[in-house]
Amino acid sequence: MPLNTLIDRLFGRGEKSAKHVAKDRLRFVLMHDRADIPAPMMEEMRREILGVLSKYVEIDESALDLSLERSDNAVAVVANIPIRRVLESRTAPPTP
Amino acid sequence: MSKTGRVIVITSGKGGVGKTTTTANLGVALASMGENVAVLDADIGLRNLDLALGLENRIVYDIVDVVEGRAKLRQALIKHKQHQNLSLLPAAQTRDKSAVTTRQMQQLVAELQEEGFTFILIDCPAGIEQGFKNATAGATEAIVVTNPEMASVRDSDRIIGLLEAQELHNPMLIVNRIRMRMVKNQEMLGVEDVQEVLGSSVKLIGVVPDDEAIITSTNHGDPAVTSDSSPAGQAYRDIARRLRGEEVPFMDLEEKSGFFEKLFKRFSAKSR
Repeated sequence: MPLNTLIDRLFGRGEKSAKHVAKDRLRFVLMHDRADIPAPMMEEMRREILGVLSKYVEIDESALDLSLERSDNAVAVVANIPIRRVLESRTAPPTP
Repeated sequence: MSKTGRVIVITSGKGGVGKTTTTANLGVALASMGENVAVLDADIGLRNLDLALGLENRIVYDIVDVVEGRAKLRQALIKHKQHQNLSLLPAAQTRDKSAVTTRQMQQLVAELQEEGFTFILIDCPAGIEQGFKNATAGATEAIVVTNPEMASVRDSDRIIGLLEAQELHNPMLIVNRIRMRMVKNQEMLGVEDVQEVLGSSVKLIGVVPDDEAIITSTNHGDPAVTSDSSPAGQAYRDIARRLRGEEVPFMDLEEKSGFFEKLFKRFSAKSR
């Protein structure tokens, strides 16, 4: 095992820890439990949201977090989408 | 007498996460703080709260005898000898959940309030069927007990939704049986993870470490909360105080680590 991998493991940075796997799996399963949205539909929704946002900004897809949360009697879609940068073509002022 | 007693249902969805242990420990703790406490075993057919409290040999009448009129409520209530302010209304062992209706349960709780109990704790059966509906029917507050483990958290989430539907909003959360060493090593869900996943509708009221004293104390029929050396007992005492409205800081579970870490901490403290 290379040293840096060993260090990563020691500090829990390498492979996903059991705790993180559990949390991710739980989030996913609760999303369905709460809203009863079928998995393929959820995936399509995620893809389309990504598609729209990608026109304007560069997104860190691996860190994207889309979940359903329950508050009182309503269920809300809560998205946490880290942006790497705003795309140049959109930030540049329109040329006259 | 005015109806001022608080009626709290202790629930979880999943079985075996510590509802009965929590009910017994909080009951004893609250009673020792001067509250007049009734604990009600709503798990009809699978009676266990009597064992946790060491009262199994003193049962004459049970909850079904009361609702069916064979006994008065006062006759069925068992007063604890060591904890004078604590009374148990046992479940029936030979009947099932359908022996009591939601309405009967509400009446029973009202009667307990009229008896002057300041805290009425209802030990809810596992599951989401009739037993759950009965146990929650008379309650005005709810405690959800969860283990930092996927199936338990998932079931708790479902229970929180069902509690909402019963108008029991913003339930209190107890994270039970946490192993701080595993959390530290990223092997187990931490308290923050559980809270984050369950959302902000629940309010954390306690964190109980996994503690062998729970097993031994239950074997003795004497809840761990009476032991000064049990970390879980300490956690339950803190929860009882929070229930009474006191501000109690969450105990540092890191301290309850292994021998060598304690030794190391002691040395590093001295060298400062």
